[in-house]
Amino acid sequence: MKARVTVTLKTGILDPQGKAIEGALKSLGVDGIASVRQGKVFDIELAGADKAKAEAVLKAAADKLLANTVIENYRVEVLG
Amino acid sequence: MKSAVLVFPGINRERDMARALRLVSGREPAMVWHAETSLPEGTDLVVVPGGFSYGDYLRCGAIAARSPVMDAVRAFASRGGLVLGVCNGFQILCESGLLPGILMRNARLKFICHDVHLRVERSDTPFTRGYNAGQVIRVPVAHGEGNYAADEETIRRLEGEGRVLYRYCSPSGEIGDTHNINGAAQSIAGIINERGNVLGMMPHPENHVEGIMGCTDGRGLFAGLVAHLERAA
Repeated sequence: MKARVTVTLKTGILDPQGKAIEGALKSLGVDGIASVRQGKVFDIELAGADKAKAEAVLKAAADKLLANTVIENYRVEVLG
Repeated sequence: MKSAVLVFPGINRERDMARALRLVSGREPAMVWHAETSLPEGTDLVVVPGGFSYGDYLRCGAIAARSPVMDAVRAFASRGGLVLGVCNGFQILCESGLLPGILMRNARLKFICHDVHLRVERSDTPFTRGYNAGQVIRVPVAHGEGNYAADEETIRRLEGEGRVLYRYCSPSGEIGDTHNINGAAQSIAGIINERGNVLGMMPHPENHVEGIMGCTDGRGLFAGLVAHLERAA
């Protein structure tokens, strides 16, 4: 079973990397971009097939390691 | 002073730290591998050195903070044992929950590697008793992620409880944006935990302990720890 954990910076946390990317996009002439925030995506292959259990496993993974909840939010998705 | 220096894969400042501890305390520190589940008997001070544990993968210090030895360090700290984290060590202490907040990417995105001036905010802690309050010391920094950040409430508490021990400043001790090398909240270079027995700092005092380096301003931190432990004994 495939799953995805997406980790993003909380609102209000300064993201200098996102800002630099935003600046680069603007200087490349890519129009219509208001702002950029950089995050992380983890594509995870799960061993079991139980969907409810999978969500609990992914939440544990995110809380214990993948995200630092001081500055980051996360979202888990079981893709099937 | 019996000290223990933790060793993680990717750490590269552990020998500088061991040398400084040996020079100042006169005792050889124990080098403790990250997979150990206990600290040597009678350890007075645990040092988490700088470097690039696990290649800074995921987030700086995130993986090292979850290694087996850190459970022993947490237990040691909860018994009141002294813990010092420098650079990556500071990041590891934040990730392990021993200190609040996090070290973010430097505000100007550059790796910074040069001497900086620090103002010692108070002298009545084990980590600063080798200095006078308000004294300015010169020590090197070498980091890409040293921009200390925490929520407003945490910053208020740190300031209110006098837990900021070292701040980036000018050579004469002024605090301000031009001297805040990495954009850290309140120019924070080093903080202690609530109990006052865990210090994390970005600069490297261990690199300014002998004359050959051209400056010995870092010596006071280690000498102060030795004096503190002698008095406690």
